[in-house]
Amino acid sequence: MDQNVLLKMVDITKTFPGVKALDHVSLTVEKGTVHALMGENGAGKSTLMKCLFGIYGKDDGHIYLNGEEIDFKSSKEALDNGVAMVHQELNQALKRSVMDNIWLGRYPKIAGIAVDERKMYKDTMAVFKELEIDVDPHRIMSTMPVSQRQMVEIAKAVSYNSKVIVFDEPTSSLTEEEVEHLFKIINMLRDRGVGIIYISHKMAEIKRISDYITVMRDGQWVATERAEDLEMADIIRLMVGRELTNQFPPKTNTPGETYLEVKNITGMYNHLKDVSFSARRGEVLGLAGLDSSGRTESLESIFGVRTRKEGEVYLDGKRCLNRNPGESIKNGFALLTEERRATGIFSILNIRENTVISSLKRHLRFGLWLSDKSQREDTKRYIDALRTKTPTQETKIRALSGGNQQKVIIGRWLLTEPDVLLLDEPTRGIDVGAKYEIYQLILDLANKGKTVIMVSSEMPELLGVCDRIVVMSGGRVAGEVDARNTTQEEIMTLAAKYV
Amino acid sequence: MANPIANLQRISAEYSQMDKKDKRRFWTDGILNNALYILMLAFCIYTAIKQPNFVSWGSLGNLIVQVAAYLPMALGIAGCIVLTGTDLSAGRVCGLTAAVTGVFLQKSDFANKMFTSLPEVNGWWIAVTLLTVIAIGALIGLVNGFFVAKFSLHPFIVTLSTQLITYGIILWFFALNGNNGQPISGLSAEYKDFVGGELFRLGPARIPMYVLYAVILTALMWFIWNKTSFGKNMFAVGSNAEAARVSGVNVFWTTVLVHTLAGAMYGYSGFVEGYRAGSIAASTGLNYECDAIAACVIGGVSFVGGTGKISGIVLGVVILRIIFIALTMLGVDSSSLYIIKGAIILCACSLDMRKYLVKK
Repeated sequence: MDQNVLLKMVDITKTFPGVKALDHVSLTVEKGTVHALMGENGAGKSTLMKCLFGIYGKDDGHIYLNGEEIDFKSSKEALDNGVAMVHQELNQALKRSVMDNIWLGRYPKIAGIAVDERKMYKDTMAVFKELEIDVDPHRIMSTMPVSQRQMVEIAKAVSYNSKVIVFDEPTSSLTEEEVEHLFKIINMLRDRGVGIIYISHKMAEIKRISDYITVMRDGQWVATERAEDLEMADIIRLMVGRELTNQFPPKTNTPGETYLEVKNITGMYNHLKDVSFSARRGEVLGLAGLDSSGRTESLESIFGVRTRKEGEVYLDGKRCLNRNPGESIKNGFALLTEERRATGIFSILNIRENTVISSLKRHLRFGLWLSDKSQREDTKRYIDALRTKTPTQETKIRALSGGNQQKVIIGRWLLTEPDVLLLDEPTRGIDVGAKYEIYQLILDLANKGKTVIMVSSEMPELLGVCDRIVVMSGGRVAGEVDARNTTQEEIMTLAAKYV
Repeated sequence: MANPIANLQRISAEYSQMDKKDKRRFWTDGILNNALYILMLAFCIYTAIKQPNFVSWGSLGNLIVQVAAYLPMALGIAGCIVLTGTDLSAGRVCGLTAAVTGVFLQKSDFANKMFTSLPEVNGWWIAVTLLTVIAIGALIGLVNGFFVAKFSLHPFIVTLSTQLITYGIILWFFALNGNNGQPISGLSAEYKDFVGGELFRLGPARIPMYVLYAVILTALMWFIWNKTSFGKNMFAVGSNAEAARVSGVNVFWTTVLVHTLAGAMYGYSGFVEGYRAGSIAASTGLNYECDAIAACVIGGVSFVGGTGKISGIVLGVVILRIIFIALTMLGVDSSSLYIIKGAIILCACSLDMRKYLVKK
């Protein structure tokens, strides 16, 4: 067994001021196995990997690669020694071509001076062929979808002849089909004897692909088991440290009369075509579909972020123009965006400033100045109501965890007193415990008679929280199902209708 | 933040729990984050020893006068920096409005009066002039803001263009009515009184009226930045424009207004600069924006966007002025002055960026 051990991390400890991020964590990866690393956000998975790659210096502990102790100072050094990582947030030179990205930092040279473009092309094609990736090496990165860019990243790792490859949440932006392709590649790498560390939140995937599972919690190692010995419920229990009997809160809302009607929306600059649906008061309506099926575009078109070529939005029978977000807010709409970092938070500003920005009118006195007192009160009210964990209101929002950031943004929208909430992936990148709280919040809103439209890529979540689910495919509405008596298979079939 | 004593207690409690490595980190961080102020202090002490005159009512008065002159432009430009932009047109706008002020307020019996048909200078006419130059500044700011917001151009490009255009207008203005590029002088006594009349004396130094105006403008800007929706929106746009748009902030108008307000401040600066220059030439106002930008950066208005305080800007202007006064007293020649100014900006920016870099 010992000679099969490829990578061994022993007693890794890392402290940040005030926080013990890693507390004597150990991890062993064998040749030709997929080792899943699981844990809630903040459990220390990323920190452990950053210690491996030398992005953080570890305080204590040892790392062995093939029995030799190593201490990488940079990811470049790690790469040169056959340890690669496919990042969750892709760090690529987007304006450059595919092959430029793959050979970045080690361009093949002619006579040690000129870059050998031809060799680069040939080598890139060889790797792509091996991995069955169909991408033109000359293509510019920014013109490709995220999934293909990820494939390029994997190809890069393979081109280094890596012995250990770390995948960090690789499937979060992939379609089912692309996930299949990825798994094929991973299986191929495994058969070649590569050791794979696979970080993901998605239980079903983990069960399918991995041989071993290591669970971490609060910076500590909790368990390492063979994958077949663990049931999904066991993993969740190990991750949260408590029995999570129900993933979803009980549904208590009762939908009323039809409230929101979306009629024949066709996009000006996107592929939306003739999208129509309606939602009732007190209803949670799900929007399901594959990536780029037009779910996000639909929400953004309703909210006036994207330009509509045709189509109307009616609230209670009255037409809402919703030409821009400001107008939509006035009409009682709220949009929680998908990319929290890019379009949600003001990272440099504090919790209070992040909370009140959409409802400044509430604090206006004599039409002239804003009352600090009422801003503080509003912020406090929503920190308490949503149980946001933060030391003070003046804490910068970037210091919070993803779940707490999301709560702050939800608070921002609730302060605008919306009637229709458009939630785009409300639980993305949020840990299991916080997810439950968000679900409960959604149901509470529905109970108050609000209309909630929710986009999610996690099918169980839609089934567990929604009343009805509209399935989109290729920019069109493919069908509508009742969440109580449908199956994931039925939704998937609809989702593939116009692909 | 609220209570400095409680804050100190908290820090000392945290400090006592740190290990040796963290303690060292604490001190290096503390020193580097405040390096500018520490160096300032050391420099002031050095100057005071070399030139005891440096610590006197007279030089304090001199400092106040200079700060009051340079502060309004910095207050305007700071808004542009909060939006992660900049404004290169500030100095030229100041020059143009100074020239307009001069022409409007020349003595009626002055031999070389450019426009003899202009009315007698009185309180009303001064007010009209002030509003006119503020409007001119605001108009150029509006153009800047419009192109930045409408076409998503980088403010560097837009304001570089308006800088050149404004300079062209200045040259053209100085050639009007057969003036042939001559400096504008012969300013009326009423105007000189209004801007430079004595407010009070500080030892040997005369504190002019425009110090009072600067105080009023600073208070007004503080109010706009901290107490109005416009101010909040400005910080939101500077922090994350896309998120601001989705949150219902009108990014277009916020950007336009920030630049317009900045332009209005340059217009006012020109009004005061006319008095300070006494004789206004086409080169008046040249490179003034450099000092203003430097002051903002030293005062913690970061190019990262979304951060900055009025108090910081005031402090930045004060620090920059102290340095210049001290260097002048030490007899440093003007060429070295430029080198030192450049070095200070570079140093301040590096120390500032250090705070925003994600530590790894």
